[in-house]
Amino acid sequence: MPARPEPIDAHAADNIRFIRDAMTRASAFTAIPGWGGVVMGATAIAAAAISGPPDNSLRWVMVWFGEAVVAAAIALATMTRKARRSGAPLSTAAPAYRFALAYVPPLVAGMILTPVFATLDLMARLPGCWLLLYGTALASGGTFSVRIVPLMGVSFMALGTVAFAAPAPWGHYFLAAGFGGLHIVFGLIIARNYGG
Amino acid sequence: MAARSAARKSEVRSQKSEVGNPSRNPHSAIRSPQLLDRVIHERLRLGIVSALAVNERLTFNDLKRLLQTTDGNLSVHARKLEDAQYIACDKTFEGRMPRTEYRLTAAGRRALEKYVAHMEAILKAVRE
Repeated sequence: MPARPEPIDAHAADNIRFIRDAMTRASAFTAIPGWGGVVMGATAIAAAAISGPPDNSLRWVMVWFGEAVVAAAIALATMTRKARRSGAPLSTAAPAYRFALAYVPPLVAGMILTPVFATLDLMARLPGCWLLLYGTALASGGTFSVRIVPLMGVSFMALGTVAFAAPAPWGHYFLAAGFGGLHIVFGLIIARNYGG
Repeated sequence: MAARSAARKSEVRSQKSEVGNPSRNPHSAIRSPQLLDRVIHERLRLGIVSALAVNERLTFNDLKRLLQTTDGNLSVHARKLEDAQYIACDKTFEGRMPRTEYRLTAAGRRALEKYVAHMEAILKAVRE
């Protein structure tokens, strides 16, 4: 039996769907905020100055918890602004969804491990843990973004690994170097080369 | 070799010359299917142009992975798009490894926009 001819409008709709799918698959998540990273880096350096060396106190953890909330707010605001400016709002962008799916799990692991480290009197080792897991989040989420993002993730992971081996009282220096220094350096590169 | 290249370019020119502007009159899109740009109408070539429309540059391997095709198939279709001047190819070395990068030209972007307009015109004409 001969195949029924395909209606011309079905073929046109299929072609438009194919173009949209190809564009979605090919588009990287480029809304990583460079300038937002620079501001996050500045607040992290301020947090390191306020917190001082890790001392197994609730105050020390709360300073960094506060810094995490501030950094997340800066990241979300600047990312939303950058995505809107590029014409691909976060709520509708498939690459943003894929990035989030890979980025969030290591951060959730960090949230679970923080009280575990605290109850085991390992608070002084939290800087290594946070840097390593944040780097993992960037490296895995970065596979759906521009090439510099996974590179930034690997840099955080390397710094976290060194922090584990370094003397515990140096923890706030590592946090300042990572969440401060690396955010500022990579933020400037992203802002310069990837649209702000 | 030169003769083959000239023949290929002449074939591409004849395919491009069939392109019209159906968006001005949607019914012409249905009545005159020969207006279709046959250079990018082929699925793999349409995929290459669409992927490059949202990326400044893509390497040969990026495109191969995205479009899930073979080296030979991608080479042939990318060459047709190059001949039509819809994409440009840059060959460099990364260490000792050759690296081929493609980017969409202004003509390629216009062709894609015209092709999408053509498809939308068909849908509009059928609905009317």
